[in-house]
Amino acid sequence: MHISALTVGQEVGSRRIAVTRQDLVRYAGASGDFNPIHWNERFAREVELPGVIAHGMLTMGAAIQLVTDWVGDPGAVVDYQTRFTRPVPVPDSETGAEIAVVGVIGALDTEKSTVRVDLTVSAEGQKVLVKAQAVVRLA
Amino acid sequence: MSINPDLQGRSYPAGAVYEVGREKIRDFALAVKATHPAHFEIEAAKALGHADLVAPPTFAIIVAQRADAQLISDPTSGIDFSRVVHAEQRFTHHRPIVAGDRLMAALHVDSVRAMGGGAMITTRAEISTTEGEPVATTTSAILVRGEGQ
Repeated sequence: MHISALTVGQEVGSRRIAVTRQDLVRYAGASGDFNPIHWNERFAREVELPGVIAHGMLTMGAAIQLVTDWVGDPGAVVDYQTRFTRPVPVPDSETGAEIAVVGVIGALDTEKSTVRVDLTVSAEGQKVLVKAQAVVRLA
Repeated sequence: MSINPDLQGRSYPAGAVYEVGREKIRDFALAVKATHPAHFEIEAAKALGHADLVAPPTFAIIVAQRADAQLISDPTSGIDFSRVVHAEQRFTHHRPIVAGDRLMAALHVDSVRAMGGGAMITTRAEISTTEGEPVATTTSAILVRGEGQ
């Protein structure tokens, strides 16, 4: 893939990611983030949340896969940032929650050979990440 | 207890060394639903020019949150962990993290802003190898919710 073949506004792909309570437990174990708001309904409600919510870092970490698969090398992501604006409640059900991810090229830097991909990440039609941007360096 | 305003500008030196293991990379990749072979197969990682399995782009959060724990568990910080919400996160990779890396993270509290009855705290972890090679800079903003927030 060469930078000259890319244009700002071009979509790099989209996908839907299912997140269940089991996924939250798996992420807690893998990341070491055992905050009970991500697995304990009683605790989450006691601290005035609507229920168990996904780790923001699980949403952020899962959303970037669209970009790494597109660029072909997870090591090509030189910068990745987001704001977490809205929690993703994960109901205690077979299907859990669904996160929708769309990636669009936001900027091109031909000198540095980098591409900024802007991600729109939403759940139930509402944005859960804002200013989710990844910068990848092309080989 | 309220947030200690003197936290701004405070630094915590690097604590224990974090050794990046292959199985940890595989477990973390599964947990973020990453399927790229460079996270799982050494040959696939080497074919892309990496020395060993490549960590997913948000893997550094493990090292960063261990560094953050020094601040959160510091009794003088005034932070109630049960009221912490992650507000912003950024990773700047100076090079990819690969299995076999031995990492250290120095933590800096860049800003503390009062927000209602709570506070927004921005921290920065400078992650390097034990030899001092810069690997990643991560910045996190956490919102410590006040009562009723």
